[in-house]
Amino acid sequence: MSENKERIVLDVAYQPQVRTNTDTKRIMLNVILALLPALAVAVWQFGVQPLVLAVVSMASAVFFEWGYRKLMKKSNSIGDLSAALTGLLLAMVLPPTAPWWLPVIGSFFAIVVVKQLYGGIGKNFLNPALAGRAFLLASYAAIMGKYAVPGSLAGTVDGVTMATPLSYMYGGTALPEYFNFKSMFLGTIPGCIGELSTLALLIGGAYLLITKVISWRIPGAYIGTVALLCLIFGKEGYGNVEWMVYNLLAGGLVMGAIFMATDYATSPVTLNGQLLYGVGCGALTVLIRYFGGFPEGVTYAILIMNLCSWAIDKGFHRHQFGVTKEDIAAEKAAKKAAKEAAK
Amino acid sequence: MSHTFKGGVHPNYMKAPEVPVTVIAPPSQVVIPMIQHIGAPCQPLVKVGDYVKMYQKIGENPVPVSAPVHSSVSGKVVAIEPRPHPLGDMIMSVVIENDFQDTPELMPPLTEEQLKDPEAILERIREAGVVGMGGAMFPTAVKIRGGIGKVDKLIINGAECEPYLNGDHLTMLNFPTQLLKGIELVRIANCVDKAYYGIEVNKQDAINLLNSLGPAKYGIEIVPEEVKYPQGGEKMQVKAITGREVKPGGLPSGVGCNVVSTRTCYAIYQACYEGKSVIERIVTYGGSALKAPVNALTRVGTPFKYIAEQCGGFVKTPRKIVLGGPMMGICATSFDAPTVKGTAGVLFFTEEEDKNVEEPTCIRCGKCITVCPMNLEPVFMYMYYSKDDFDNMEKYHVMDCFECGSCSFNCPARMPLTHAFKTAKVKFQVRAAKAKAKAEAEAAAKEARK
Repeated sequence: MSENKERIVLDVAYQPQVRTNTDTKRIMLNVILALLPALAVAVWQFGVQPLVLAVVSMASAVFFEWGYRKLMKKSNSIGDLSAALTGLLLAMVLPPTAPWWLPVIGSFFAIVVVKQLYGGIGKNFLNPALAGRAFLLASYAAIMGKYAVPGSLAGTVDGVTMATPLSYMYGGTALPEYFNFKSMFLGTIPGCIGELSTLALLIGGAYLLITKVISWRIPGAYIGTVALLCLIFGKEGYGNVEWMVYNLLAGGLVMGAIFMATDYATSPVTLNGQLLYGVGCGALTVLIRYFGGFPEGVTYAILIMNLCSWAIDKGFHRHQFGVTKEDIAAEKAAKKAAKEAAK
Repeated sequence: MSHTFKGGVHPNYMKAPEVPVTVIAPPSQVVIPMIQHIGAPCQPLVKVGDYVKMYQKIGENPVPVSAPVHSSVSGKVVAIEPRPHPLGDMIMSVVIENDFQDTPELMPPLTEEQLKDPEAILERIREAGVVGMGGAMFPTAVKIRGGIGKVDKLIINGAECEPYLNGDHLTMLNFPTQLLKGIELVRIANCVDKAYYGIEVNKQDAINLLNSLGPAKYGIEIVPEEVKYPQGGEKMQVKAITGREVKPGGLPSGVGCNVVSTRTCYAIYQACYEGKSVIERIVTYGGSALKAPVNALTRVGTPFKYIAEQCGGFVKTPRKIVLGGPMMGICATSFDAPTVKGTAGVLFFTEEEDKNVEEPTCIRCGKCITVCPMNLEPVFMYMYYSKDDFDNMEKYHVMDCFECGSCSFNCPARMPLTHAFKTAKVKFQVRAAKAKAKAEAEAAAKEARK
């Protein structure tokens, strides 16, 4: 027995010798699961097409990730499920009746251009799914701007397509009566696959909070800022509180705040930095909704803040344990004194 | 108010504090390394062929920062030669053939007066070879002496926040009165009126037991603490109990605190009341490779190979031997290495516990930042580390990392964060040494030109 044991080769591994069970794959899977309620609402309202788009989008995203890395002789990374998640997120920001080939083009841009060309997971500086949507908005504006009538409104509204609540609000006209708090909360409205039901999104968000995939900081600061600004500035023809609630329910705000702005690679990692980033996203969204050329501001607000993440993190570098407020004040005073002395 | 600190993680604790504690029968040969502490190595006091008694001093070094070592069995010295040390390397060790008589050579217990005299207690602590048995193995007498006059709050560490380990918990349950008396001695030696005993609330039975014995009459207050790793870190204990924060690069004594581990206090009781030197402790044996994991009283110098046999052998091939807990414990390199005074646990891990991946890729989730008890930003520290950017590593306070492992533990991408910072700290030391050597050489050259 002891003879045998001598031959055992012992690893001298890094500490710690144990790790949490939550790995990258588990996190990505949790986000995919959290998106399912929203997807289910889209299927309920628009039939099977949203599901087809989601599957095609995920499959093509995974294929492009696999193909690019194979071509470039890099390790295969589709196992971490991040490409699948990007595909699903992209589908969530497409109109529910878009043609099947649209997400293929979007996935190519998202995975190859935005993500892999910059080194793959964790290295991209723009949210791939949102950048994919921005690319499609610019290239296929007509398709991207067409929103089908949801199942629940089929008898009420004539025609195949209709205007979204946000376009009424953007135009400053009163909302038709079928766009109310209830319909916008439950998702019986036209819009992108993933932005219909605030309720479904909140369920997904709660799941992400419980599983600690995201913290409250970014979504909280984002939604809070939008709420506060809308409450303060209001809009003619709307009560201030009513205007605020409509702004929270309409468009991709909750979708963006919970699922897009919290993207790890493109949001700050410092705790106070995350708050500022959320506030920035909220302020830009409101700014675009009030003054921009589109009714919707979430996509561009987040993409712009993505570009600021790095600088925000630099600015919120924190003091280490053991450094008190007095220490910081003393250090500042010493620096000031040194400057004065230099003069 | 719940006593704790900011950050930290909740690993799977895997604790099995079974009472009563079993005993690993002493082996036929013990290997006593001459280094079982931080400081100057001991010189052997015995020769090959000498007969030694249990508890007899067999190695010492007269310099202040050192701790003597003692024989854990009675018998004949058969070799004095370099042997594998649990922390790696070959270290001069005294090998003793056990005669299984356990013939003791005890020091006289301290008298009533001596038990109230800090100097006598400190002298005995040194003589008995007491070191920080939480794992750091810093000579306790030196630590206490250095704090006298500076320390107003004495903290006893009973957090035992590392997964698997139960030694402290079992010491509390099995020897509560002795433990309280030991803490009282440490308090007297520190010249303070009160000791705060921080215990995580997952040891509620021990907290109740100790409280029922009237800790106040020994000058001790039991402080229940939140269960969170690394609660047992010195700085975290100080923060949790006193609210004070140890300055970067400083010691607890810098903010008037001294932190002594549970097991060290019990060793001090044994040294002062029973005249026993440090030759055994409760060690937790665990890991998925081991057939019968156990907490067992083990003599210093018992080789791992022998221990594994006593635990029923292996059910799976072990891939690593982890010394101490799995969060901060390091890996032994040999089955022949023995337990030492600081060995709180020996874990035989297989690939089951191993969650490393081949090509770890940071996803910038920032989960390392939220758990760092030192308020550091491991994601950036690692980035600068991989670029060898020393200026920025310094700016991001890599030297403040005490390698608790929380960031690596919590990392979903399995980045080797803690390992990198450990390496970075060594690199900084090497750089500092080089810079110093260069400055000295230049100074010498200048001198020569004159």
